[in-house]
Amino acid sequence: MSAIVSSGTAARRSNGARMFNRVVIYGLLAFFAIVYLMPLFVMLVTSFKTMDEIQNGNMLSLPSAPTFEPWVKAWGETCVGLTCAGIKGYFWNSLKMVIPAVLISTILGALNGYVLTKWRFRGHTLVFGMMLFACFIPFQSVLLPMATILGSLGRFGITLQNATGFRFGFGNPTVNLVLVHVIYGLGFTTLFFRNFYEAFPTELVKAAQVDGAGFFQIFRRIMLPNSLPIIVVTVIYQFTNIWNDFLFASAYAGTGESMPMTVALNNVVNTSTGVVEYNVNMAAAMIAAMPTLLVYVLAGRYFVRGLMAGAVKG
Amino acid sequence: MAFLEISGLRKRFGSLEILKGIDLELEKGGFLVLVGPSGCGKSTLLNTIAGLETITEGTIRVDGRAIDDLHPSKRDIAMVFQSYALYPNMTVAGNISFGMEMRGVPVEERKKAIDKVAKVLQITHLLDRKPSQLSGGQRQRVAMGRALVRDPKLFLFDEPLSNLDAKLRVDMRIEIKRLHQATGTSIVYVTHDQIEAMTLATKIAVMRDGEVQQFGTPAEIYNNPKNLFVADFMGSPAMNLLTATIEGGGNDLHVSLLRPEAEPLRVPVPQIGGLAAYSGKQVIFGIRPEALTDPDGADRNAKSLFEGDCLIDVVEPAGSDTFAVTKLGGKEVVARLRADARIAPGQTARLAFNLDKAVFFDPQSQQRIG
Repeated sequence: MSAIVSSGTAARRSNGARMFNRVVIYGLLAFFAIVYLMPLFVMLVTSFKTMDEIQNGNMLSLPSAPTFEPWVKAWGETCVGLTCAGIKGYFWNSLKMVIPAVLISTILGALNGYVLTKWRFRGHTLVFGMMLFACFIPFQSVLLPMATILGSLGRFGITLQNATGFRFGFGNPTVNLVLVHVIYGLGFTTLFFRNFYEAFPTELVKAAQVDGAGFFQIFRRIMLPNSLPIIVVTVIYQFTNIWNDFLFASAYAGTGESMPMTVALNNVVNTSTGVVEYNVNMAAAMIAAMPTLLVYVLAGRYFVRGLMAGAVKG
Repeated sequence: MAFLEISGLRKRFGSLEILKGIDLELEKGGFLVLVGPSGCGKSTLLNTIAGLETITEGTIRVDGRAIDDLHPSKRDIAMVFQSYALYPNMTVAGNISFGMEMRGVPVEERKKAIDKVAKVLQITHLLDRKPSQLSGGQRQRVAMGRALVRDPKLFLFDEPLSNLDAKLRVDMRIEIKRLHQATGTSIVYVTHDQIEAMTLATKIAVMRDGEVQQFGTPAEIYNNPKNLFVADFMGSPAMNLLTATIEGGGNDLHVSLLRPEAEPLRVPVPQIGGLAAYSGKQVIFGIRPEALTDPDGADRNAKSLFEGDCLIDVVEPAGSDTFAVTKLGGKEVVARLRADARIAPGQTARLAFNLDKAVFFDPQSQQRIG
């Protein structure tokens, strides 16, 4: 009898301890979540406030009369450097640079991974090791050599223009940025795809060979359709990195028409004349962050999806 | 001339030799099974026939045409893989017709071919499904459908049944045999399961360490194993292989087998060429469990039967037969008795040795004597 009672109290005590642990864990999680979300919250509420409210009110308070005015102004009217036509042009600049860069680096990475796992050649580990090494090269050390290369590409473009009347994209800052990001991203995309294809059943490739499919047919019909999870991972990774890049953007396209979003945002915020329009700055920053968020929300669910089910014995 | 001819085939990876001079032949419509323990090179050999691996030396001919330089798709072969290798992104119909699509067969013809194969394999109702929605047996059928639809000169099977459970494996084995009888296509089939090899093959090649140990019909392999490895590998339960001493000479040649708690058992042996030379020496005496049985169950047609008393150690009733374990020549020996044979462990029972089926091996060279 006493044994039953004592075990009952023990159970109750351990229940209490579990409860306490839960509270601590969730409390800490909530605390850090709030700390992390705070800046976003401030940005968001500020972007919907008028300048008067910002100057006289509390930073954390909700806007008393929400207005889209700052967003409209940031998109279409605010001054970037000396031109005052909003950030919309630079937004498109970024898209024009990011989309080709992401697509090209992803496709090349997939091809590399395919060759490095399914069409092995002598020295394939060395090649892969060197490509991996590319992941560890810091941005800064690439800046000067890349500038030299881009400079000579630009001169070649001028030569082409003189000869044919057309530059074929050589020396174009957007094209330059695409090139830089493709080269820099190749190490990462290759790593992603190689590791994914390493576990990809080789018998599928053999079966396709027996079926008469060639190198690219196997890639397009067998490998790519079964690579959705890793494609999504790579695209999200590359998109976020390239969209958010500031260093290459400011170094190779830091001035003029083809300046990407990140540099333009910097210029909006750093404008030193007149009143600092916090609401417009915040709206511009939100707009700049929007595409990466959107990519995450749309593609993120494929992160966890296992699409290989049924390929081989299951 | 044989339909499939492999001669002097060698395969090296650097200094490592995987296949050490393979010579095989298969008649048209034959069923060749490559069997052996894992790592013996049987799958590599199959892959070289398929063209998925290059060869270092030798030739492979199918129907008189050397194919060893051709791309896999040009060899007129079809292959069923161990893991089935169904394309997960395509439907069953897509899987079956992918090869035809690659060869540019018109859509109408493809449809007809798919329907025909689906009917043969009874998978018509599955054509629109994806491989992930199929059971193991259904996937196996689709994989066979993909091979069948090509109507190839040669079918290659790479351990196609090893992923199935025991019951399904027997069903599919019968189905493959039926398919072979119906289509009459030549087949090369890799397995490590010697029962599959025995039941399916018209010719068996037993392989070990990249060499063919013996090549022949299932009956030859089973009854006349060339060496100790083949004798031991083929048959379930395995052949009893005992160390024994040959005694006597002339017409009175016999082997002496040690028994626990009794005199050695003196078993007279038939006149086998070369055996007399081993008089006084040790040999390996091989006898299959079914050649060692109760006197009533013994083969009446056997020319030389010998009966001897053996101490029964363990009795294993298996329903259809009863297996008895006894000790002879210092080793456990399995005898296969009729199901209702009256024996009990710990007692002495009379066993009949069918010496027509006995084989002898040299303990040093491990080769067959005679």
